Amino acid sequence: MPYTKRRRLVTSAVAVALGASTLAACGSSDDGGDARSGPVSLTYWTWTPGMDKVVDLWNKGPGKEQQITVTVKKQASGDTLVTKILTAHKAGQAPDLVQAEYQALPTLVSNDALADISGEVDDVKGKFADGVWQQTTLGTDAVYAVPQDIGPMMFYYREDLFEQYGLEVPATWEEFARTARELKKAAPDKDLTTFSANDSGLFAGLAQQAGARWWTTEGEKWKVGIDDEATRKVADFWGGLVEEGAIDNQPMYTPAWNKALNTGKQIAWVSAVWAPGTLTTAAPDTKGKWAMAPLPQWSGSENRTGSWGGSSTAVTTDSENREAAAKFAEWLNTDADALGALAKEGGIYPASTSAQLSGAFAEPPEFFANQPDFYTKAADIAKTTAPSAWGPNVNVAYTSFKDAFGAAAKNKSDFSAALGTMQKETVADLEKQGFEVAR
Amino acid sequence: MSTLAVRKTRPAAGTTPGTAQGPPRRRRTALVPTLTLALGALYCLLPVVWVVVAATKSGSELFSTFTFLPGTGFTDNVGDLSAYRDGVYWRWMANSALYAGLGALLSTAVSAVSGYALATYRFRGREALFNVLLAGVLMPPVILAVPQYLLLAEAGMTDSYLSVLLPQVLSPYGVYLARIYAAAAVPADVVEAGRMDGAGEWRIFTRVALPMMVPGLVTVFLFQFVAVWNNFLLPYIMLSDDEKFPITLGLHTLLEQGANTPALYTLVITGAFLAVLPLVALFLVVQRFWSLDLLSGAVKS
Repeated sequence: MPYTKRRRLVTSAVAVALGASTLAACGSSDDGGDARSGPVSLTYWTWTPGMDKVVDLWNKGPGKEQQITVTVKKQASGDTLVTKILTAHKAGQAPDLVQAEYQALPTLVSNDALADISGEVDDVKGKFADGVWQQTTLGTDAVYAVPQDIGPMMFYYREDLFEQYGLEVPATWEEFARTARELKKAAPDKDLTTFSANDSGLFAGLAQQAGARWWTTEGEKWKVGIDDEATRKVADFWGGLVEEGAIDNQPMYTPAWNKALNTGKQIAWVSAVWAPGTLTTAAPDTKGKWAMAPLPQWSGSENRTGSWGGSSTAVTTDSENREAAAKFAEWLNTDADALGALAKEGGIYPASTSAQLSGAFAEPPEFFANQPDFYTKAADIAKTTAPSAWGPNVNVAYTSFKDAFGAAAKNKSDFSAALGTMQKETVADLEKQGFEVAR
Repeated sequence: MSTLAVRKTRPAAGTTPGTAQGPPRRRRTALVPTLTLALGALYCLLPVVWVVVAATKSGSELFSTFTFLPGTGFTDNVGDLSAYRDGVYWRWMANSALYAGLGALLSTAVSAVSGYALATYRFRGREALFNVLLAGVLMPPVILAVPQYLLLAEAGMTDSYLSVLLPQVLSPYGVYLARIYAAAAVPADVVEAGRMDGAGEWRIFTRVALPMMVPGLVTVFLFQFVAVWNNFLLPYIMLSDDEKFPITLGLHTLLEQGANTPALYTLVITGAFLAVLPLVALFLVVQRFWSLDLLSGAVKS
């Protein structure tokens, strides 16, 4: 790992900042050449489809007035992009603006790649749900990004098949388990859903709903809570269902999985607000047969959901025009026209609460034409998103999840042992990187 | 590869007794080796067949119809791919052709000169140099990508065509191959004879040695072309402007569109299929250079 050395130098500073909630020690002080004169041109790494068209709106409108031109350089999403940003940052050549998933922010911040833009964007805080905004501050007084899109989790099911088998939409996880068993009894060759050990984001979201906080700070130390009570509850629940054969154990996003959805072999899917897009390509024959409901709850009195996916716009410390870049980031994620275009061109679900009920979301997704109030419901669910807690090595925890849970799901063995492995490997990696970890 | 196999079997068939009259009878096929090879071929070709078949399927057919049943959407897929962001796919294809074509050509030239020099001249440090080269052969180019990026960033050359071309011009494996080939194909006597006749060293290299080295250099060119065409990490780190992307990076961006956007499977599969065609064509065209008589440059004593 080429970054290890640099990381060690800055880690302690960030740990202090995170723990003490002070702005001071964060490395990215306000020396980033803000005294600009004349036109500015910015580069922006993003993977959102159609972003160039949205940015055109800026370049022809507010950008032209303020003489700030933004150029989009389209990238592939994923962990590899984080690596690419950090490599570029090491050479001092990161672009002015980057798109980053929420769980990648601590990694970028601990490498001193993201600038604190709290001075520029603090007044837009109210446009986002608290749980969403908190992810861009990492619990400090600094602001490292502006939220762009979110992925509140929901429960999707085949309306027609639920009726055919006399199943009810589960409101709690207990009912969910019962529904899975009832379906097995009525139609042994069908599955309610599958537990996919390939999708760490899904498991993280489910744990988040149950109240888990995987990374927290304690004084100057990181505390890893992957093997905590809430997560263990989630792991045991799904592990139990897999073990007794009530649900499938095959990974998602494979041709076989697509087929299972398309033919109705799997009749429900725990997913997020972006599911209609996935279902359109995965199960084209089932158009209009699905419905969306809130995620089942751990107790009848609760009303919470987790999130799966979502990203933000951040300004890098390499940018010589942080103020201008922050202005663009704010416009992109709060301006009604910009968000309308983002929804239309990029198919994103906006983090901005007012945009969630704007004209672009008046109609349900085409695939869900049978559920006219899809987006009203989605906005209500989005409000209930539980807070999340990401740390600087989410990628390591995710890889560990795939390995340990992959093996456990395949062998239908104990999930809590896999959880222990995940905890151990995450802590070990943090320590290897030079972070202090609380026991 | 196949030509070599064909050449080997022919004389073997000729030596079989009883072939004097009539057409030569075929020897009994050895069952076990043939079966093993057939299995190997199946293992290698099945994914290719999958790509070819899947490229003909439309979005709705892709995961719903039988895997090896050809679909009806090939022309639509190609049309969609060409229409995607104003035909950026063909731009990627052209970029790949530039990186691989020019890169392999330059790399072959460098390999030829250095391989010849290492094979023909005796100078102090030759073995040491060659050993360093061997170490370079063992070093996977992947681990060099990040240092190369940092170096080029110092020179302010990242995100340019040159940043992808330059690091791939020097191929240790190419130099190594050229050296081995030059040592075997260019006899010292021939070089000596050239000197006696008063030819300069450069003239000897271009007029005498180079023609003898052609089959070896074709191999170097092919290896390097394929390596550059398939290279992912180096351009991935070097380039941020997707107008300069080669095909590998382009297809990757089609696949990784973010969680809320479905991957464009049909486009990626069709794109991957089309991206293989130039390589296949290249092999078919260049193959005949291999059948040049390897002994055509031999010394008559």
